[in-house]
Amino acid sequence: MNFSEKILGDAVLVSAAGRIDLSNADAFKDALAASLAKAKKALILDLSGVDYISSAGLRSLMIVFKAGKTEGKAFGIAALQPLLMEIFTISRFNLVFPLFDTVQLAVEKLAPGSNAS
Amino acid sequence: MKIVFWGTRGSLPTPLSGRAVRHKIVSALVKGAGQGLDTAAKAEAFCDRALSFAETNTYGGNSSCVQIDTGGSEYLLCDLGSGAREFAVATLAKHGPARPQTYHVLVSHVHWDHIMGFPFFVPAYIKGNRVRLYSCHAKLEQAIRAQNREPCFPVEFEALGADIEFVALEPGKRYDIAGTRVTGFAQLHGNDSYGYRVESGGKTVVYTTDSEHKPEDQAEMERAAACFANADLVIFDAMYSLAEATSIKEDWGHSSNVLGVELCQMAGAKQLCLFHHEPVNDDEHIDGILAETIRFEEITRVGAPLKICAAYDGLVIEL
Repeated sequence: MNFSEKILGDAVLVSAAGRIDLSNADAFKDALAASLAKAKKALILDLSGVDYISSAGLRSLMIVFKAGKTEGKAFGIAALQPLLMEIFTISRFNLVFPLFDTVQLAVEKLAPGSNAS
Repeated sequence: MKIVFWGTRGSLPTPLSGRAVRHKIVSALVKGAGQGLDTAAKAEAFCDRALSFAETNTYGGNSSCVQIDTGGSEYLLCDLGSGAREFAVATLAKHGPARPQTYHVLVSHVHWDHIMGFPFFVPAYIKGNRVRLYSCHAKLEQAIRAQNREPCFPVEFEALGADIEFVALEPGKRYDIAGTRVTGFAQLHGNDSYGYRVESGGKTVVYTTDSEHKPEDQAEMERAAACFANADLVIFDAMYSLAEATSIKEDWGHSSNVLGVELCQMAGAKQLCLFHHEPVNDDEHIDGILAETIRFEEITRVGAPLKICAAYDGLVIEL
């Protein structure tokens, strides 16, 4: 799994790529938590490069999502590949996380005024 | 080995309502309009060909009770939920009350939905029958006796006519029961719960209900997968969605279809049976969960395919 982050004003945009599973879910969670700490208002995940996420990876997302709620920070996931969208739907995480078709839409909604490009 | 499901619902018996029956009839009538269904045979064939399981059947409403039939003369059950009454009625119809039988029951734990069938388990009332209740759970005898006592039930445990014995099992230790080899294992559930791996004639079934799994805990996932290793069938607590089980219903002691697939894939199991259905889920909803679970297995498959089914009262699986 590859992981990178970019500061967008009050938001942090995280981009992940590859597989997120039991072998790297903990590292993924820790990296997300560190990015959340840097975000003033919102953490946005660009998962367009992720081709698989297991229950352990979804659980990592849930932990960081809950932490963000506690801290009053918004959380959004953008640009899911069709197969990943199926996994979110089957596991019902599509009902938990705010999902956006594109990073641009997520930024406009969660961190208006920031530039996603 | 033959597995017979007498009760498959989680938490509470869930009878099909009259409104639900009417909905099924209306749906079938509309879909069958103009199909020339003027004989029972034509109607049966139409149901098989054109209607879903939810339209023609029901997953059922009895709480947990599963029979493991190895062809031997003695019976082996898992849990005594309300489905145990249906089992008892069928067994008595087969043998009659005058021919003594032996019944072995592996009890997962003593939450009410898993023992509520015992007061209505007619074989326990009949002198000459032998009933052996096994569990790794320390409070089985206490719970069964308390249930058959005033003010909860009018027939005291001591008045039951059968020769009834409680047998304590140790997790991880293998026992010979009713011609099978049984190994219990601890599960994550409030007030404790135990799963059972049952092996006979080269076939293995794992009964694992009322069990929560922590997907982020690699050691726990591997331990669970080891209990399911190479099983021909895993009867799995799929009560919640993964999102529910890891958020608002975390630590409620139940699992999900997604984790059932992942654990069976890790274990190299051959078939997963979704079990302990959430009472709020109607037949159409469970049909949908089954279809989604089959799809999830397809898109996450590693190695040999994992067969998926959803348990319903009356389902028989031949292994």
